[in-house]
Amino acid sequence: MRTRRITPWLFAGPALFLLALFLVYPSIETIRVSFYNWNSTTYVGFQNYISAFTEPSMVNVFRNNAIWVFVFTLFTVSLGLILAVLLDRVRYEKIAKSFIFIPMAISMVGASTIWKFVYAYKPPSAPQIGLLNAFVVALGGQPVGWLIESPWVNNLSLIAVGVWLWTGFCMVLLSAALKNIPKQLMEAARIDGANEWQVFRKVTLPLLWPTVAVVMTTMVVFVLKIFDIVYVMTNGNYGTEVIANLMYKQQFTFQNYGLAAALAVVLLLLVVPMMVLNIRRFRRQEEIR
Amino acid sequence: MKRGKWYLALAAVLLVSLGAMAQQVTIAVVWSGNELDVFKKVIDAFEQESGITVNIDEVGRDLPTVLPVRVAAGNPPDVAALPNPGQMKTFALQDALVPLDDLSNLADSAPAFVDLGKVTVNDEEHVYGIFLGADMKSLVWYDPQNFEAKGYEVPTSWPGLMALSQQMVANGDTPWTIGLESGAASGWPGTDWIEDIMLRTAGPDVYDQWVDHEISWTSPAVKTAFQYFGQIALNPEMVYGGPTGELTTNFGDAPNALFTKPPEAYMLKQATFIQSFIRDQNPGVEPLTDYNVFLFPPIQPQWGNPVLGAGDLVGVFNDTPEAKALANYLASAEAQAIWCGELGKIAVNTKVDPSIYPDPITAKAADIVQSADVFRFDASDLMPAAVGSGTFWSGILDYINGIPLDTVLENIEQSAVAAYAQQ
Repeated sequence: MRTRRITPWLFAGPALFLLALFLVYPSIETIRVSFYNWNSTTYVGFQNYISAFTEPSMVNVFRNNAIWVFVFTLFTVSLGLILAVLLDRVRYEKIAKSFIFIPMAISMVGASTIWKFVYAYKPPSAPQIGLLNAFVVALGGQPVGWLIESPWVNNLSLIAVGVWLWTGFCMVLLSAALKNIPKQLMEAARIDGANEWQVFRKVTLPLLWPTVAVVMTTMVVFVLKIFDIVYVMTNGNYGTEVIANLMYKQQFTFQNYGLAAALAVVLLLLVVPMMVLNIRRFRRQEEIR
Repeated sequence: MKRGKWYLALAAVLLVSLGAMAQQVTIAVVWSGNELDVFKKVIDAFEQESGITVNIDEVGRDLPTVLPVRVAAGNPPDVAALPNPGQMKTFALQDALVPLDDLSNLADSAPAFVDLGKVTVNDEEHVYGIFLGADMKSLVWYDPQNFEAKGYEVPTSWPGLMALSQQMVANGDTPWTIGLESGAASGWPGTDWIEDIMLRTAGPDVYDQWVDHEISWTSPAVKTAFQYFGQIALNPEMVYGGPTGELTTNFGDAPNALFTKPPEAYMLKQATFIQSFIRDQNPGVEPLTDYNVFLFPPIQPQWGNPVLGAGDLVGVFNDTPEAKALANYLASAEAQAIWCGELGKIAVNTKVDPSIYPDPITAKAADIVQSADVFRFDASDLMPAAVGSGTFWSGILDYINGIPLDTVLENIEQSAVAAYAQQ
């Protein structure tokens, strides 16, 4: 009888220990360091947080992260949904889905390097080596500094790379959920006289909604931490800086541990609401079961 | 019997590897491409002469980021090419660097450069860095044949330079080519412009105050320097590709505009090291005939023609005889003859025979540097990393991208206040 009570702990123990060592302890330590100065020798209270929120350049950083969250999530989830629904009806579904999913196989750094070349700019009189500018010039326009013009052109160009990478992921999850919806429901709706759009809106979407919610929160949590794409393509210059990249710079290049830790904590706080939502939904699902 | 032989073999391998380990040294470097190839030649010569094996850790442009991490982790390379004197000072103050005063080849090094490698730690001044080679920055590169074809003359003053640029624009030519892109280091060529202009508009004493943050970035002296730079760099007619072109052209590709037919630009302000890039990407060009240099002209006559330069700094982190031997070799005339001779850099060791310079241009530059009255080291290399390798670089990019100058300078000033407090 006694072994029954200890056994779960024995099974979960090693995992819990690793979690404590690699997640819990660093988190607590980071929060502690954020209250100290650049090399953690003097206690400075909330000074780092005040700098993080009041420095003029920080307004841009938060703005950029907000743009990423809204645009990236909107496009990946909606494109993923549209593709899942449309591809469900065609015979070449598997091939199309493979093509759209392939970018997930590339590392973010690799994709960023590829797209850096796609966005390359040369002065109007020189031959364009960037794919996008080559198209623009071939159609009679002037080459555009896709990664230079701020604040919308370059941020959206960076987000486009992210969307290209991650739409496949959303599409695959939503497609799996879509296939779980009994076909009879949709057929019944059609027999009752609904057109395709109404079937989608009134039958498919509500039934898909739990999965859409999961995918959306996953994408939001992921994009709040976006780093690789920004670091490789612009290094945060030209008004494209994001929190994770700034944290990296402060920590490693400028050696300001206090400010870097404060930025990390800010990022954590931004993610917490999403995590709470996820946990609540998970609990509700467990109750239903 | 077989078993016994097995153990002997293992012991032999262990002894050999222990022996090999004893005579080994690692050096972390920031160079890549052509510069790395030449560095490997220097190392080969050292290995042959000393019998010590050298492991080159090719860290690349991220060295300023990687090195502090390794030092903090207690795992630094034995020797490293230090990104700049500012970071050398930071490491010295952390007691991470080994004093090098006892290196024999220091006695032959140009005094100005020996001084630049000194840091005062705990009231004691020691040499913590030695220079492998130096670059001179106050140069403007041009193609003499293009100049002659259009009747352009080399200017000797700032008004003359601006008049020449105006003349070129009137002829439908683009005077300047500027390349600011450089990966994580983008913006640094612009800082060279600002520094040369500062020396010529505010003088060397104000320059020193600027480096030590005794004057603010928003002060008139700094603002004026940026405005002079803006007269050229912000004007789409003055620069090939306009501001967007400057931001997207890599510093190593910028000279190519001088050699196209017809030329896309006529002048490039850049340091002596650009020569290896020019020769690499434009095969067949010859110094003096196809390309030449003139000194970046004086602006305020009373400050004359100060020389701005920089250098390749090397520091030792682990006090082993092999590491010190390597550092001493890098300070020797032999090593510098290879490094400077092939890359067109300027030797710091005064015993280097001037004939090793690959061309008359570098020889001329070496002469100017070694005999200059007023010589100053690149400011962004002397400042703390958050400014010199951070906000100063991104400030240049923001300025060229259209952000108002006052905003740019205030941003840099804010980061400077925090960064200098760390020293």
